[in-house]
Amino acid sequence: MTEALRHARYVLAENPVTLFAFALFTFLVLCAVAGPSLVPYDPLASDTARALTGPSASHLFGTDQLGRDIFSRIIVATRVDLGIAVTSVALAFAIGTLLGISAGYFGGWTDRIIGRVVDTIMAFPLFVLAMGIVAALGNTLANIVYATAIINLPIYARLARTEANVRREAGFVEAARLCGNSEARIVLGQVLPNIMPLMMVQVSLTLGYAILNAAGLSFIGLGVRPPTAEWGIMVADGASFIVSGEWWVAFFPGLFLMAAVFCFNLMGDGLRDIVDPRMRT
Amino acid sequence: MIVLRRLATALPSIAGVIVVTFLLTRALPGDPAAYFAGVAATQQAIEEIRHLMGFDRSLPVQFLDYLRLLAQGDLGTSLSTGQPVLSELITRLPASAELTLCALTLSVAIALPLGITAAMQPGSWIDHVCRIVTTAGVSLPVFFTGLLLVYVFYYLAGIAPAPLGRLDAFSSPPPHWSGFYLVDSLLAGDLGTFRAALAQLLLPTATMAIFSLAPLARITRASMLAALGSEFIRTARASGLARGRVVYVYAFRNAVLPVITTLGMVFSFLLGANVLVEKVFAWPGIGSYAIEALIASDYAPVQGFVLTMAMLYVLLNLAIDLVYGLVDPRVRLSA
Repeated sequence: MTEALRHARYVLAENPVTLFAFALFTFLVLCAVAGPSLVPYDPLASDTARALTGPSASHLFGTDQLGRDIFSRIIVATRVDLGIAVTSVALAFAIGTLLGISAGYFGGWTDRIIGRVVDTIMAFPLFVLAMGIVAALGNTLANIVYATAIINLPIYARLARTEANVRREAGFVEAARLCGNSEARIVLGQVLPNIMPLMMVQVSLTLGYAILNAAGLSFIGLGVRPPTAEWGIMVADGASFIVSGEWWVAFFPGLFLMAAVFCFNLMGDGLRDIVDPRMRT
Repeated sequence: MIVLRRLATALPSIAGVIVVTFLLTRALPGDPAAYFAGVAATQQAIEEIRHLMGFDRSLPVQFLDYLRLLAQGDLGTSLSTGQPVLSELITRLPASAELTLCALTLSVAIALPLGITAAMQPGSWIDHVCRIVTTAGVSLPVFFTGLLLVYVFYYLAGIAPAPLGRLDAFSSPPPHWSGFYLVDSLLAGDLGTFRAALAQLLLPTATMAIFSLAPLARITRASMLAALGSEFIRTARASGLARGRVVYVYAFRNAVLPVITTLGMVFSFLLGANVLVEKVFAWPGIGSYAIEALIASDYAPVQGFVLTMAMLYVLLNLAIDLVYGLVDPRVRLSA
């Protein structure tokens, strides 16, 4: 364990970008946890006398068309955006990994049926499928989470299948089998912990994608309803003011959205270097 | 023969797509008959619609009905416009296709040289440019890039036209032949319209290209690096072949295979990004059609849109498979 820690510290010191990503991540988590109690203004309070004023000392990121403070809204929105991303990735991770492991470990019909399901999801352009699912299940926040989970599922299922397939005849699995462990016990107690590091890298990489996807859905008017503060919907609000020069309404929420995705992608790359240096490109 | 075999591998995907779209139609929350009948409908009207639309029959029977309608090209009727969904999709498809193809061409034209040059000089400034582009490109929300470009090039610099569709108010669409304004205006010999259409296309194309460039440049660089470091390249170099021949014929032809495979993923991104970019630039394609329908809770157009996009995607993947076979003779031999 100390060996792994030393390696992690070495990678972090070698790669300041990863360190920066972890710092940014800490900041985002802080915003999500404590944000609502830290912000200077009520994110929903409108003040039409101060509508569409540019960034200033009292309103750091300016105000929107209803005079709401954009800085406060962005910070409060962190919880919503990270919440959607984390929940949907957790769902995709749990279900996808389980399906993938079973497919890879048991093979045969299990593999064929699960493979077919995964292939069918992959036959759609993923964002379009998410649109269709939300349209069919109803335009709610929960359905945004389900849709994002479903389109992320194939990544986990495929990765877990490949990794479990390689390990099904491995020595430690044979040993566990010889000791009389049941198949389910081997899958959950031996194979799953063994492929966990690789799966965690994928979690970080797909978190960024999940945030982009959820923000995209709310940008076209699905999911989060106004006046809830959420990055995608705030960018959509600001879109109509871009052509008349009020850039800050869309710019700052977009910037935060970008920073969050950037952070998860960098962190994923960094984690991959720690977990599996060979996969570096 | 190979083409036929490839076609056969696409069949399960098509079947899967049709089954999923059917299930999505039937998964409407609550009572779909009441939904289609509208808010003010009486109980009797709802029953009539239930019977009319076949919701009182069993699921397999409904599925057969759905297949029969699909085979006739009937995707239903839009509630808000009253037009058949299929004809509206066909009218709007060229706008989306023109945008997507231009974006793909632009991003391939930038990504391949960038990736190749970066791989030939690892650690140089161009390699750093490549790394920044690939990391930043995947993190940029495509609708945000679009808005930034509009602000800089339309509002600040004033060199781009207003982001309002395929042509400005002063031009009229060229005579319809392919539906691609660039092609049609050239065929009609109307350079003014061609220039206007091109000006409108530039920003949305750039937006989508920035987005799709990243995965392509990244995989080009990685596979070029691997190819350049391999033994057959060393042999080619040692045999005194010209540098250009070694890089572009020997290394590139091998390195391009993973790039072609990545195109499948890029298309998935592009078709999704299409919807967002069309909203930002008020582009009259099938993506904005779907958004309008979504907001109006108009169900048939959304389903038609999802089905069309999925079918296009399956066909594109099929085309990618075929191109892969053309580039890599080993695939043809083993098939």
